[in-house]
Amino acid sequence: MTLPALGWQGLVVLVVFGVSLLIATYSTYAERVIAAFLQDRVGPDRAGPFGLLQPLADAVKLFTKEEFFPAGANRALFVFGPCLAMTTALMSSAVIPFGNVLQFGETAIHLQGIEINVGMLYVFGMVSLGVYGIMIGGWASNNKFSLLGAIRAASQNISYELAMGLALIAVLMISGTLSLREITFQQSSAAPFVWQDIFNWNVMKQPLGFVIFIVCAFAETNRTPFDLPECETELIGGYHTEYSSMKMGLYLFAEYINVFVASAVMSVIYFGGFNFPFQYDLRDWLVSAQGLELVTASNIITILGLVGLFGKIFGFIFFFMWVRWTLPRFRYDQLMRLGWTILIPLAIFNIMLTGGLITFGVIK
Amino acid sequence: MESLSNRAKVLTKKPMTLAERAYLPAIFQGLSITMQHFFRAATKKQITIRYPEETRPFSPVFRGLHVLKRDEAGRERCTACGLCAVACPAEAITMVAGERKKGEENLYREEKYAVSYEINMLRCIFCGLCEEACPKAAVYLQADKMAPPRFERDEFIYGKDRLVEPVTPDNRSKRGIQLTPEQADKLRTQLA
Repeated sequence: MTLPALGWQGLVVLVVFGVSLLIATYSTYAERVIAAFLQDRVGPDRAGPFGLLQPLADAVKLFTKEEFFPAGANRALFVFGPCLAMTTALMSSAVIPFGNVLQFGETAIHLQGIEINVGMLYVFGMVSLGVYGIMIGGWASNNKFSLLGAIRAASQNISYELAMGLALIAVLMISGTLSLREITFQQSSAAPFVWQDIFNWNVMKQPLGFVIFIVCAFAETNRTPFDLPECETELIGGYHTEYSSMKMGLYLFAEYINVFVASAVMSVIYFGGFNFPFQYDLRDWLVSAQGLELVTASNIITILGLVGLFGKIFGFIFFFMWVRWTLPRFRYDQLMRLGWTILIPLAIFNIMLTGGLITFGVIK
Repeated sequence: MESLSNRAKVLTKKPMTLAERAYLPAIFQGLSITMQHFFRAATKKQITIRYPEETRPFSPVFRGLHVLKRDEAGRERCTACGLCAVACPAEAITMVAGERKKGEENLYREEKYAVSYEINMLRCIFCGLCEEACPKAAVYLQADKMAPPRFERDEFIYGKDRLVEPVTPDNRSKRGIQLTPEQADKLRTQLA
């Protein structure tokens, strides 16, 4: 990689970082507005037009709160916990392909932080590291409720990561690669769009796998109905009971970034990533009927694909919030039973089904 | 035994069907219910009243913040007789009476007037007995205004500066004695 190309790639990384933070910021606002609308209320509308400055007000509030350390807490680990949660949450968005290539003369900018051929493994490694942030924070607080919340988070993540990984194996059997960019390209459609091409999206080949994956994604991001680690009716605040000020803010932020990353991963793996129907037809039409150059037309398609991917991501984020304000929380034994006795056997059945379908050439 | 209310239900514990055990149909049912609420909140007017900008409509007989009326010539009607203070069950009204000097005939209607007139809104129970007691039709409780919340206790003691209604006829309180349009025009030319 040449030096200017490296510079452009660095810029992309910075933009991805900033966009993750921005989306997490406004997720807090969106959560409150959606919650309000689902409950026939108004929601935050005081700070700025439609309350759009509410996240800023929240940040100012969190920053000016007292930094509290509980007695007997392990100070170093107490600070390290939220840092780790935030860092791992931010790192996992690095490998997500947000768009295809933007071509400007000689320079080609890949709209992806970094392309590695084990992208999917990287994301799941990062997500499972994220639970250490919760574990360390809960343990360092020297509070039995925090510890219980942390243990719940750990056991829940381990249980659901199994089913999640098994659901992914079925996708791997079809795609044959772990690279998220490759998986995206496999889901694109050919130049004259035919309606059979919508079956290129993995969700059409793996409907059961997708249902298993999205249920596990709810559990991995500690969202309702699986938000037992911070279940306030039993555990006060769970692992962040003792946290105040911006350390608390980091935990809350990490959760929303995880929601964003989970939505992005689902969009890329199951919903075609930056592909959208008629993309190559549109490009050819731009070239032949509008007289644009092929490079310009491709760039336009890339930008439309980027917008489309973010549309999918926002749809999933909305779904996360919609479910949160609809379903009550599971009981802990129900959560474990669902994970171990239902989702894992279902995922294994899905693998066998996929293998059978591949063997008999129904899907490829 | 027959039930007393006729509303008793016999419960049967029958096993759940497959759809009920799968739980997903119930989830989608719940999601559709919340989505209906979402669109209802987004399109129809919410029941919430955004308080400082919107207020709940008052009843026409609502008794709110007091006003000291002026007469049709713009003079204060109050003659500081003290009947309102006597009638007040909460002892919220105090006043100091003074004698009208020469040249103040356009300010005060009677020869005696209230130099200071204070109502403590924290004591007041808004019963309206002062309004009934007033022989000069000077004090009224407005139907459309309330004593707003404040930070300090002494800000709730309303003096004449906040009780006497404005001189301009258009800003007069709608409660109590109303000016006829001719009287209002006459007063406006007199002030100009």
